[in-house]
Amino acid sequence: MRIDLRPRTVLIHLALIATALVMLYPLIWMVVSSLRPGNEIFREPGLLVKDLRIENYKAGWNALTEPFTRYLLNSAVVVLGSILGNLVSCSMAAYAFARLEFAGKKMWFAIMLLSIMLPIHVVIVPQYILFSHAGWINTFLPLIVPKLLATDAFFVFLMVQFIRGIPRELDEAATIDGCGRAGIFLRVILPLMVPALATTTIFTFIWTWNDFFGQLIYLTDPHMYTVPVALRSFVDATSSSSWGSMFAMSVVSLVPVFLAFLLGQRFLVKGIATTGIK
Amino acid sequence: MRRRDNLTAYLFLSPWLLGLFLITIGPMIASLYLAFTDYNLIQAPEWVGLENFTRMLSDERLHNSLRVTFTYVFVSVPLQLAIALLLAVVLDRGVRGMAFYRSVFYLPSLLGSSVAIAILWRQVFGTEGLLNQVLALVGVEGKGWISDPSTALGTLVVLNVWTFGSPMVIFLAGLRQIPTMYYEAAAVDGASALRRFFGITLPLLTPIIFFNLVLQIIHAFQSFTQAFVVSGGSGGPSDSTMFFTLYLYDRGFGNFDMGYASAMAWFLLVVIAIFTGVNFLVSKYWVFYEN
Repeated sequence: MRIDLRPRTVLIHLALIATALVMLYPLIWMVVSSLRPGNEIFREPGLLVKDLRIENYKAGWNALTEPFTRYLLNSAVVVLGSILGNLVSCSMAAYAFARLEFAGKKMWFAIMLLSIMLPIHVVIVPQYILFSHAGWINTFLPLIVPKLLATDAFFVFLMVQFIRGIPRELDEAATIDGCGRAGIFLRVILPLMVPALATTTIFTFIWTWNDFFGQLIYLTDPHMYTVPVALRSFVDATSSSSWGSMFAMSVVSLVPVFLAFLLGQRFLVKGIATTGIK
Repeated sequence: MRRRDNLTAYLFLSPWLLGLFLITIGPMIASLYLAFTDYNLIQAPEWVGLENFTRMLSDERLHNSLRVTFTYVFVSVPLQLAIALLLAVVLDRGVRGMAFYRSVFYLPSLLGSSVAIAILWRQVFGTEGLLNQVLALVGVEGKGWISDPSTALGTLVVLNVWTFGSPMVIFLAGLRQIPTMYYEAAAVDGASALRRFFGITLPLLTPIIFFNLVLQIIHAFQSFTQAFVVSGGSGGPSDSTMFFTLYLYDRGFGNFDMGYASAMAWFLLVVIAIFTGVNFLVSKYWVFYEN
């Protein structure tokens, strides 16, 4: 392997590495600081750790009304429910838009696209009233049920784009073999759109895991807190002395996103860059 | 003509349609109605005509929140896109390890909207935070960047710029679409790198720049979490990070002034729609479409 050592190339790499370092330094520093005893966060800008301490993690895990395990589990329930909801409902809608002919198709499709742009604030107040009448405050239903009803229209669009890339001949062949519409959807389209489903899964995972506004509004009982809401109650509840445990729990909350990023990079980049088209 | 299957199609669409009417359109109509009422969740809504809107006209805190939001949007979005474009162009030139750099730059966009990162920001830009510790090493005395009203919003702008990775990935995909023959022809003609950038890359990339601009502006107008957590839920100091969305939350869910909050929400929708519309109109003069 030849290594390119022209001054220009070296300069470009130096600049890129410097940018990357500046960007990631606070993150790395947060991880390192969470492993240091309490107050060193305010004295030690470097990355060297003399002795690794996990006491911040122990303290942080039990610093709030519930052990952090509870918040992780709550978040997991919301995330899994959302993923399942998005996969089922969005793929069904996408199949209809991409493959079936029906009255009002153009209009519905336009409405679907518009709904992607709609700021959540316009609907949040009546939604809150609706769900509070249903007795759903402090349950996970207001966070999961909308996903079962494909309100994340972005994913419908992403899947429509993907299905359009699947050759229609496959549908026709399945029809000749005696498949109905549902059969084509289940046996031909779904297996072929796995990459789009993967993209949807990873994005739903990360967005729901990070989501704060909805969870803040609907979950006010500490028993039902998800990770972001619990973390933010940390900010209110703690003095500067417990920054260590706050950092520790922040790191814990970022680990699943980081793992999703590592495992799903391929789908993430493809997802944003080409909306699912190969 | 292809055969129609209305029944099957609507069956497939039924979850989405149910959601559209129950969770989107229904609440939209309800919130439009509530915008003309006084409503505190306990008593029935009382029709007050345009009162919420006239109140908005004289609400100083609301005007301030608009100023804060506009400043945030119009400073952070251009900065973010400029950096995204610059790095995309550098990476597109076949830099070795491109995929690695792309991942590193993209990572912050995935983490940026989380509460954890907002907590990190609180520390980094605090009086005894990481930034001031580093500044102290080079003999510069820092200040409380978040507790000072003149710099608090700046820290949020930095946070938004930090997440330039996702527009960068979109730019990279756009750059891939530009046929290399243009560059080859320009090279034969002896055009300099700078000339090639302004003569080929930039014009052919304008549709992507436009797409990112529309998307990021809509996104920035709705920012909430970061300002909320960094300011400890207050939008402070002195309302300097009081985004429109924070004020809306404060009115609606802090004071249960649901009528006013609904009026504010519709105002926000109209503002975003106008900016998107203007963006599309102006695009005719600078966005270049091939053929």
